[in-house]
Amino acid sequence: MAQFNLPKNSQITEGKTWPRPTGANNLQEFRIYRWNPDDGKNPRVDVYQVDRDDCGPMVLDALLWIKSKVDSTLVFRRSCREGICGSCAMNIEGQNALACTMGIDECQEHAKGKKTGAVRIYPLPHMPVLKDLVPDLTNFFAQHASIEPWLQTETPAPEGEWKQTPEDRAQLDGLYECILCACCTTSCPSYWWNGDRFLGPAALLQAYRWLIDSRDENTGERLDALHDPFRLYRCHTIMNCANTCPKSLNPAKAIAEIKKMMIAREV
Amino acid sequence: MADNRQNTNVTMRTPRARVKGLGASGHGAGHFWTQRLTAAANAPLMLAFVVIVALMANRPYPEAVALMSHPVVALILILAVISVTAHMRIGMQVIIEDYVHDKKLKLLSLLANNFYAVVVAVACLYAILRVSLGKLV
Repeated sequence: MAQFNLPKNSQITEGKTWPRPTGANNLQEFRIYRWNPDDGKNPRVDVYQVDRDDCGPMVLDALLWIKSKVDSTLVFRRSCREGICGSCAMNIEGQNALACTMGIDECQEHAKGKKTGAVRIYPLPHMPVLKDLVPDLTNFFAQHASIEPWLQTETPAPEGEWKQTPEDRAQLDGLYECILCACCTTSCPSYWWNGDRFLGPAALLQAYRWLIDSRDENTGERLDALHDPFRLYRCHTIMNCANTCPKSLNPAKAIAEIKKMMIAREV
Repeated sequence: MADNRQNTNVTMRTPRARVKGLGASGHGAGHFWTQRLTAAANAPLMLAFVVIVALMANRPYPEAVALMSHPVVALILILAVISVTAHMRIGMQVIIEDYVHDKKLKLLSLLANNFYAVVVAVACLYAILRVSLGKLV
């Protein structure tokens, strides 16, 4: 059956409460998931106090502040700090988001009125954890590769570029912007239970991006590769994906469009 | 040795091989379409079913049998049973596929689900035909 309880070695314990910064007037508490594969201990939640007057407005600013001023052992991914690389995706106050585009004040509003005072940060849900806030996204990227995310043609390549009308190009809006941060896929219950076989919202959004591309000549083969009860049809329109996407895209709609294409070639 | 290509937990296999698994089965669209067709059919059929049951309420048995003997009533009931059990079968199958991961249990659950839907459908159809055609009083 689907596993609804955490196994014993995954149950989260109380962690270390780190000292408050001295002389700070504007403190914000952070409760952050910690797990070290090398110490053989269960995961824990550490408590940090961040000096808001000494720190930028975003959650990533606070994480970097903690890492440089309090606890250099805290591990997380980050790169561009402007919402385009997708590295710093994590679960902030119960919602998957990019730490770099999620404001510290904003994320508490997301917590739906449950103001605890602290900002709680966990790794992306239901992925194997490598360390602290770093999930193992191997399967996620292999699934993206499996939909063959590149232009496929049989016609010999033209001298210049493959041409497309502005209207056809507009079909790709709302699809090409995906940064593969995995916020949507890891928020999807269907992916939690069947992530080994269900491709998940991110990979399917990208599949649709190539299905709807007027220049691509392998639409039928692409549909064949998705025609499967698990790869595509595990999507039950739960809509967590659209709700959580930090780029405001709608993977659920893209998946619905794929399902429509599946029917369109039968009727 | 048993073929374990379907086992996605074998970590020595490459991620690509694990994701590709046994390939796309080429099924799913049919179930998806049938589920929506039967959903659309269930709406008017269930409404009619409720009206028919309400008409039978507090009536003596012969009047209920007389109502069921009407061809339109019998046809609506037969169609409702077929549409509802087909819908029920697919709906339950989706739930089993979502949540039951143990191979043997999954196979047993799918078998039981199919048998259950067929038995319920046939029993209902038999009852409707027997009452409406047999004019049992």
